Amino acid sequence: MSAGTDARQAAQDTGPAWGRLSGRLVLVNLAILAAPVATLAAALAANGGRANLQILITLGSLFSTFLVVCGISLMRLFTTRYRVTDERIEMRSGLFFRSHRSAPIERIRSVDLTANPVHRLFGLTTVRIGTGDQGSTAGRRLELEGIATADAAELRRRLVAARDAARGRQLPADQDGPICELDWSWLRYGPLTVWGVGGVFLVAGSVYRTLHEMHVDPLKLGVVKDVEARFGSVPLWFGILVALLIVVVFGTVGATAVYIENWSGYQLRREDGGMLLVRRGLLVTRSVSIEERRLRGVELVEAIPLRWAGGARTNAIASGLGDREDNRRRRALTPPAPRAQALRVAAEVLAQDPGARSGSATATGAGLMAGDGLTAHPRVALRRRTNRALTAVLLIAAVPLGLGLWLGPALLVTAGVTAVVLLPVAVALARDAYRALGHAVRGRYLVARSGTFARRTVALQRDGIIGWRVSRSVFQRRAGLLTLGATTAAGEGIYQVRDLPVGAGLLLAEEAVPGLLAPFVERVEGAAGVSVR
Amino acid sequence: MENNHVVRLRPPRHRVEPRAIGWWTLQASLFALPLPITFGILCLTIAPTRTFFGWATLIALLPGLLYMGVMPVWRYRVHRWETTDDAVYAASGWLWQHWRVVPLSRVQTVDTLRGPLQQLFGLSGVTVTTASASGAVKIKGLDHQVAGDLVERLTRSAQAAPQGAEQDAT
Repeated sequence: MSAGTDARQAAQDTGPAWGRLSGRLVLVNLAILAAPVATLAAALAANGGRANLQILITLGSLFSTFLVVCGISLMRLFTTRYRVTDERIEMRSGLFFRSHRSAPIERIRSVDLTANPVHRLFGLTTVRIGTGDQGSTAGRRLELEGIATADAAELRRRLVAARDAARGRQLPADQDGPICELDWSWLRYGPLTVWGVGGVFLVAGSVYRTLHEMHVDPLKLGVVKDVEARFGSVPLWFGILVALLIVVVFGTVGATAVYIENWSGYQLRREDGGMLLVRRGLLVTRSVSIEERRLRGVELVEAIPLRWAGGARTNAIASGLGDREDNRRRRALTPPAPRAQALRVAAEVLAQDPGARSGSATATGAGLMAGDGLTAHPRVALRRRTNRALTAVLLIAAVPLGLGLWLGPALLVTAGVTAVVLLPVAVALARDAYRALGHAVRGRYLVARSGTFARRTVALQRDGIIGWRVSRSVFQRRAGLLTLGATTAAGEGIYQVRDLPVGAGLLLAEEAVPGLLAPFVERVEGAAGVSVR
Repeated sequence: MENNHVVRLRPPRHRVEPRAIGWWTLQASLFALPLPITFGILCLTIAPTRTFFGWATLIALLPGLLYMGVMPVWRYRVHRWETTDDAVYAASGWLWQHWRVVPLSRVQTVDTLRGPLQQLFGLSGVTVTTASASGAVKIKGLDHQVAGDLVERLTRSAQAAPQGAEQDAT
């Protein structure tokens, strides 16, 4: 490094003082050694305190790991600095590969605070600062790992304040309490999430695998043998029933635990400077901030068991939440909660939107996402869904049918029973899927609903639509339907209104974003049926 | 219901190059032919399995040939594009067809892409991206010259158009 750069750095250093990471970070990093150290201690104890060569080698490698970890964390500790000036947030790090990242304050999109259990043990927090880069990767993101929790909160407050000052925005002192907080009675929705029964199989599978890797065959363990012997003497249906019961019980417990870990201390509030702040988590605390300026809408998700219990989740549709995966992790606005609550949160989150306030009455309030008043889709859409469901049943029943023709008549009966049992279920699902279809233009929003396993209601700002994608499959072309996709910079990138009649779809596009699709729409004279290609 | 049929999306003005049919056929053959060729070779070389691999070759070959015969021509009839002063409009697909519209004010980048197969036929593809992860318009199978002109025109008019794209990007 030349004298010139040093001098320039010195000149730059006249700003506010640089902040550092907390010294406790070293302890956190050493915590990764806890598991091997414990194993070693156990091995020593088992060996009666005598150290053989194996243990000495392990000790040696542990010691060198200790040195490396210490070295790295000390280096990180001494080289990482950050500061907030009036215009920029700056961060320096690295000894051999020095990096100096800085971002203009007004470009900051989000400031997230997260703390994993080890961090929390030592009172530390990781601060992630999201800036404008499209698809900002880990390398380009500003991330400060291991700041004292109080400092982190202070840093976050300063960043938001400085950013609003830089943008010349007057802060509306809008601290009128949180929009939504966790109500522990919502815990009843916990078991109704996907983590329920599926989770049990996941856990059982990974336990079996781990044991298998350790060359322990769980099927040969004494306990299992014992259970097997008992089960051998009871009827099969009883065994299946008991197994099912066990799975359901474990699933319920697991899903509830996941709910508690994810949503303890949940709070959604509006921070000054137009930020929505979601805070949640028991062991891993997460704090996600979403800039209201980047909010393009809200999505209401009602997955099937949750819907039956009258519950729903709410997601934000916002740009600047990172790539698709980041976005899915960070977009949640509410936990699975009563539907009315979810609707209220959706309405309140969008209410601050200046355009919505001046819009008509339906554009604000819980009416925005409400199901009543959505335009239904034509009956042809129901036929498509029924056909699809019947095809699925046929394919499922075809497996035992094919095997039956080959192996014998017992499987033919199975095929018949499968088809008879699945048929009403499939038809019911198809009807439900059809009933879910609906769309409307309400004030500044395009509202669309679809889906049966997870019914999604999307309210997307019409200003946020930056293009159309009209799709038609062979069947849709025959039935005179189209699927209208609104592309947007936020959320999933595209939100679709499925199976609209051609005319209604094109009208909807024109109503939502006037003038964009119109130049490419033509009027067809003559017979109606011919015009639809 | 009759009213619904009175309006429709009109096909974009320009077709892609007819050479694209050749390109798509070649592309399809890379998918469709290796399997029947393998079966065919096995059929010819291993005498005892002749009947089995003979049928296998036939079963693998027929859908492949059908795909190679139908898909490129069908695509050629569908794939079209046009630009106006305000927007890019393109149609693509065959069984599933897509019509995409992107206003020039939202265009972020305009790229050309020439794969090795496209180069063989003297073709280029143009990709127009927006801030949306799913919003890109891809126009494939254009003549080099046409693609170059299109990119230049789009870049110029995207710069001239009032910027909405910037707001989405930052």
